[in-house]
Amino acid sequence: MAWGYARKAVALGVDIIQNCAVTGIRRGPDGAVQGVETEKGFIAAKKVGVSAAGNTSVVMNMAGLRFPLESYPLQALVSEPVKPIFPCVVMSNTVHAYISQSDKGELVIGAGTDQYVSYSQRGALHIIEHTLAAICEIFPIFTRMRMLRSWGGIVDVTPDRSPILGKTPVPGLYVNCGWGTGGFKATPGAADLLAYTIAHDQPHRINAPFTLDRFRDGRLIDEAAAAAVAH
Amino acid sequence: MILIHCPYCGEDRPEVEFVYGGEAHIARPLDPSGQTDPEWESYLYIRANVRGRHHERWRHTHGCGRFFNAVRDTVTDLFETTYKAGEPRK
Repeated sequence: MAWGYARKAVALGVDIIQNCAVTGIRRGPDGAVQGVETEKGFIAAKKVGVSAAGNTSVVMNMAGLRFPLESYPLQALVSEPVKPIFPCVVMSNTVHAYISQSDKGELVIGAGTDQYVSYSQRGALHIIEHTLAAICEIFPIFTRMRMLRSWGGIVDVTPDRSPILGKTPVPGLYVNCGWGTGGFKATPGAADLLAYTIAHDQPHRINAPFTLDRFRDGRLIDEAAAAAVAH
Repeated sequence: MILIHCPYCGEDRPEVEFVYGGEAHIARPLDPSGQTDPEWESYLYIRANVRGRHHERWRHTHGCGRFFNAVRDTVTDLFETTYKAGEPRK
């Protein structure tokens, strides 16, 4: 799906530069954004949107901003492929199991985050064991499945577990972050709202409550349960 | 699983004996009612979230039960040191 979006974006004239880290955010005398410094040189821009997931705090520090975020490793696993057996997604917050089957036949399993802040892109084995124990308990049919691979990605978590999508105190700098352990399925919608926010220099009514300011003003978004994601 | 040195017990013990306590050395406001909204925001929600040398609290829940502080590299997860609560930032 990600490659489908990338191909279509390129066809529309978007430049995608991979494996090129942002090393700085340049600001003018008035404080407004002038562009981004990268490993491959400077890119001038009047408006910059940051979608840096687990590394959002690191990138925002480059603009002198401190964020209400903490980054944790989140692990996932896939099994060997088998014939269709599991036509749904099952999730249990109580015992912490998350499992579905991909079209390729692999069981796709989501584990939890480690308890400590980390950018290591690996998680602890006992986190995986906890999730697999829960799945085997609920579905004994899966106890003999073999796992093919596992990996850890870094997720940025906000204090109220809802994303931050909107403007920042720096003129011309916009942010889409804090999706935590969820967000992958929301990416197309979030991208649309980020584009709207950048184009209009104000948020769409859908992302209007998801401001950075809500942590200062006490307007936290209390929908951790509605998000249907284990936090 | 990481091994953590408890400065009270003097032992390296597995992570499952401990509970992470978040960023260390965040001072609780002495005058809560005199705090501005930005000051509350900073105390409650803003975190360094460092990529690199991170000061953090741990509690040896299944051991001595005490809180202590640690310095850990958040890229390698290796501990530089742990030290008792109340000692100055290292």
